[in-house]
Amino acid sequence: MKLDLRKLKLRKVNETLQSIDPKKNNKNYTILNPEGNHAVCAGLTDDIEVTVKGHVGYYCGGMNQNANITVEGNVGTGVAENMMSGKIHVKGNASQSAGATAHGGFLIIDGDASSRCGISMKGVDIIVKGSVGHMSAFMAQSGNLVVCGDAGEALGDSLYETDIYIRGKVKSLGADCIEKKMDNKHLKKLDNLLKKAKLNKLKSKDFKRYGSARKLYNFKIDNVSSY
Amino acid sequence: MCGIVGIYLKSKKFENDLGKMLSGMLINMESRGPDSAGFAIYTKEKKDELKYSICINNLAFEKFKKDISKKIKLTKILKNSDHVILRSKEKLKKVLNILNEFKGVSLVGFGNSIEIFKQIGNPKEVVKMFNLENFSGTHGIGHTRMATESAITTDGSHPYSTGSDECLVHNGSLSNHNNLRRNLTKKGVNFSSENDTEVAAGYISNHLSNKKNLKDTLKSGLSDLDGFYTFITGTRKGFAIVRDEIACKPAVVAETKDYVAIASEFQAMAHLPGVNMAKIFEPEPGIVYSWGN
Repeated sequence: MKLDLRKLKLRKVNETLQSIDPKKNNKNYTILNPEGNHAVCAGLTDDIEVTVKGHVGYYCGGMNQNANITVEGNVGTGVAENMMSGKIHVKGNASQSAGATAHGGFLIIDGDASSRCGISMKGVDIIVKGSVGHMSAFMAQSGNLVVCGDAGEALGDSLYETDIYIRGKVKSLGADCIEKKMDNKHLKKLDNLLKKAKLNKLKSKDFKRYGSARKLYNFKIDNVSSY
Repeated sequence: MCGIVGIYLKSKKFENDLGKMLSGMLINMESRGPDSAGFAIYTKEKKDELKYSICINNLAFEKFKKDISKKIKLTKILKNSDHVILRSKEKLKKVLNILNEFKGVSLVGFGNSIEIFKQIGNPKEVVKMFNLENFSGTHGIGHTRMATESAITTDGSHPYSTGSDECLVHNGSLSNHNNLRRNLTKKGVNFSSENDTEVAAGYISNHLSNKKNLKDTLKSGLSDLDGFYTFITGTRKGFAIVRDEIACKPAVVAETKDYVAIASEFQAMAHLPGVNMAKIFEPEPGIVYSWGN
């Protein structure tokens, strides 16, 4: 089914995708002329396939559950923000805060993602085939961030328990983020993620793992004079 | 919030459509700035002749024309809503002094090529009021304002003139503008509002008048201007864009063989010809990008 955003209002398009009739068994949708609209495919709950033909604005696929969304273009701020499950595949670049606070699901970005990619992520798996900007995985709590290119300044600042895998260079690490050893279980986990993203040519051993030093977890009495 | 937009034409193909392109961008950015709007457009210039963009507010045009002609030798004067474009071959300093002393009008910009129009109101109305669609030119920048730092007034609207054929639009807020304003006032820079962007404009014009080039000025601004910002600065030959190092304020650039477009959000340029085939990217934080300069 084709939904043209030049002819239909965004609200109508989202409503259609949010209220799928399971009896009709129509699982494939294409959105035409997104023209940078915000909140395209926000709040989907059903196991459907949506292809967006063009560039979109902010919060594309926000709060997604179960849907499989492919964007054939760039996405603005906060793609897949607060995603719970399902998959979002961006074929272009992503702006800042991609996958922000997302609890689950899978986010793949073929190009680059700018600053704060995976900010406060809570369980989503994010794979960026290009590079990420500054303060990526800021306060990230759970899940995996895999970057095939480079990472900008202050990677993983104030990090909790997200695993970060970077193949290229890291400009600098944020507070409490350190490089960690790649054990077999990490290599295995990363192999699975790369396979899921069909990145069969990349080798997990070429990545480095970063995580929390866990020094910010508790108040340190030695720092009392700073407050 | 606030929305900022700009177009620089790399070829002559769209010169007659410049106003139309910019107008569509401004109208789309209403969601980011419904309080006031403005634009600077670089159009045909004549040698030895300067253009002055003046807001005459409530003054009657015919009376203003009569009064100003007595003081300045004009080559042409054209009314566009409550703005006037005055052309003269007289010395810049003399004209500026006369206009400064002329009650009830405010100078919004001057130069060989630049024309600036800005007013309070919804971008759609402002664009219509000044007939932006009918303008042709080589490049232009525009702004839609959501007022945060100071009141909704014409003086608080963008673009701000930063010197001959130069102007500035801003999305963001500056936190050290009061201190900077005091320091710049001591150096002889005049301000007409409490607006933070006017301080940034004053900062830029002060640096430029001290023979610094635009790129270096914007680079030094990265350490002197404290706050969040994306700036677009227009010059006679082109424009430049810079984002602060935290880069909270958005910007996206689309470049084709015929033009470079800048906007706060992609949707503002979704109507531009061939934009889906354009090279689209976000300017990196703390880096000055310029075209045509």
